[in-house]
Amino acid sequence: MAAGGAELRTGTGNGEHVGVHELVKRYGDVAAVDGVTFGVRTGEFLALLGPSGSGKTTVLMNIAGFDFPDSGRIEIGGQDVTWTPSHKRNLGMVFQRYTLFPHMTVLDNIAFPLRMRRIGRAEREERARAALRTVRLEGYGERKPAQLSGGQQQRVAMARAVVYNPEVLLMDEPLSALDKNLREEMQIEIKHLQRELGVTVIFVTHDQTEALTMADRIAVLDLGKLQQLDTPKALYEQPTSAFVAGFIGETNFWPAVASGDAAAGSEVGVTLEGGEWATVTAADAIRGGQKVRVAIRPENIRLSGDGAGVQATVEEAIYAGSVTTLLLRSKGPTLRVRVGPDGALGEPTPGTPFTLVWQTRHARAYAA
Amino acid sequence: MTARPSRFMLGGRTYSPAASLLLATPFLLVLLLAFLLPLGMLLRESLFVPSFTVEHYRRVFDEPVYLRVMYRTIRISALVTLISLLLGYPLAAMMARTRGLMLNLLLVAVLLPLWTSVLVRTYAWLVLLQRNGVVNDLLTGLGLVDAPMQLLRTEGAVVLAMSHVLLPFVVLPLYATLRAIPDDYARAARMLGANGFAVFRHVTLPLSMPGITSGCVMVFLLALGFFVTPALIGGPQQMMLATLVQQQVTELLNWPFAGAIIGVLLLAVLGLMIVFHRVIRLDRFVGQA
Repeated sequence: MAAGGAELRTGTGNGEHVGVHELVKRYGDVAAVDGVTFGVRTGEFLALLGPSGSGKTTVLMNIAGFDFPDSGRIEIGGQDVTWTPSHKRNLGMVFQRYTLFPHMTVLDNIAFPLRMRRIGRAEREERARAALRTVRLEGYGERKPAQLSGGQQQRVAMARAVVYNPEVLLMDEPLSALDKNLREEMQIEIKHLQRELGVTVIFVTHDQTEALTMADRIAVLDLGKLQQLDTPKALYEQPTSAFVAGFIGETNFWPAVASGDAAAGSEVGVTLEGGEWATVTAADAIRGGQKVRVAIRPENIRLSGDGAGVQATVEEAIYAGSVTTLLLRSKGPTLRVRVGPDGALGEPTPGTPFTLVWQTRHARAYAA
Repeated sequence: MTARPSRFMLGGRTYSPAASLLLATPFLLVLLLAFLLPLGMLLRESLFVPSFTVEHYRRVFDEPVYLRVMYRTIRISALVTLISLLLGYPLAAMMARTRGLMLNLLLVAVLLPLWTSVLVRTYAWLVLLQRNGVVNDLLTGLGLVDAPMQLLRTEGAVVLAMSHVLLPFVVLPLYATLRAIPDDYARAARMLGANGFAVFRHVTLPLSMPGITSGCVMVFLLALGFFVTPALIGGPQQMMLATLVQQQVTELLNWPFAGAIIGVLLLAVLGLMIVFHRVIRLDRFVGQA
């Protein structure tokens, strides 16, 4: 980025740049955010992921200073900013909708935060042009925002949000207004920009693919509570709750009863709904006789022509090019199974019986 | 934009420009018969009675009293516009942020005067401002003045009453404009380091310019031709153009001269509007593609 890029990005001793502590925000009787605590490391790309009403946007609004908590604390760079007005927090933000000022040129938009910081005209222009270059829009500086496409406008918004080297860059579903192809292109572009600038990013989204692709770590929220904060890989492969398992990616849930006590992470035998027996991994601490829900991802189930194991019959095959999704009727629920195009079993047709095979670590039992 | 703007859509059908014109015909007819025709006749009289002459127009400019009235009319109108804007902007801004019951109360407060006759509102000001009126009673009662003041028949009273009557015409378009500005602009500006005043100065104010312009133009034009309020509140020293025209027509039966006054006013307003449009350039403001 332009001049001033060497600005020190301070953090607390443990490398935490943004800290959210026991945040509570109520609207009437409803707690939109209910005791959320997490930290964002310096230079990290953190996604806040959750369904609508999960409180992810409220958390962001409190970090931004557009909303203030009923209790709890927000720290940025070790400073308590819980009650600091937003124009004094030195944060950058890209919004869901295009918020470029329509009466200013692209360049004036980008120079606006520098103007607010009383930086001289010449330096303002120079830094704004440099920022415009980093989002590959040089030559568009004299246009009005309305003369740019949606994707271009969001790139200008990004340039405007980073031109003053803010402490942290906040992004509130910045790509949700764009069409799918452009969105995927922009995801990569934002990721590159973030790496290039080394800026700490907090990115709110309800799109799990977006979160998985872009984020270093993802905080999954539901009903105002933090469900899990982990790397994309850990979230996908070892979700700690049935909600996360169901929310991230696709999952089959099979009700079952545990045969004995098991600590979280250990193997346990269960009786699946329908009467069959399987060995699974306990995601929670489980007691014998307790009802559980076994989660298995569609791509982790293999079909075998014979042998002992869980039996199921193909009900429907949904062809989608690179993969085929099979709906299988088991003795329990209907299961979804993903198979590649050149399965050794040929083209599975409705009515074909199979034995289902999975690795124990891929079947995770959650206390129901 | 691929749609041709000259085509008109209604009930899911597209109409040709000619058919669109047909829809506007009833209004255009009324405008033509009830307004343009009499105005044209009046202007014709100002130039062709008894035969072609610019004598009536010369008289407007030759006698200082008429120019004074015209100057006063423009001055009072400008003052009323300014006061309406200064009073109306904060009100409209507040309304734009309010929802529910409070908004309805404010809307009624703004609209109620519009639903009341101008005459009633003007008489209300007479009651307030007369020698033994509420305002004078209050001032003498509090001991702020020794004797009742002359409030009626002053330019201040005319400006005050006219501003009150015309306030809704600046509040309503401003409210509509301010309401349509998404909060996100102000939020973005604050995030970028703008304090409350800077947000107003650099974002809200420029974005509300269309509302300011249309409201001010409306108030200014209405004020130029205002009759009842200045005639009742003001005295001869506060005579405005409409009263002058009325005097010429009903008391002196001098139609050609009344026509000349109106002709001059019309040209002055047209000139002002052209200058105004050139300076503001509304169409350039938002910079459509």
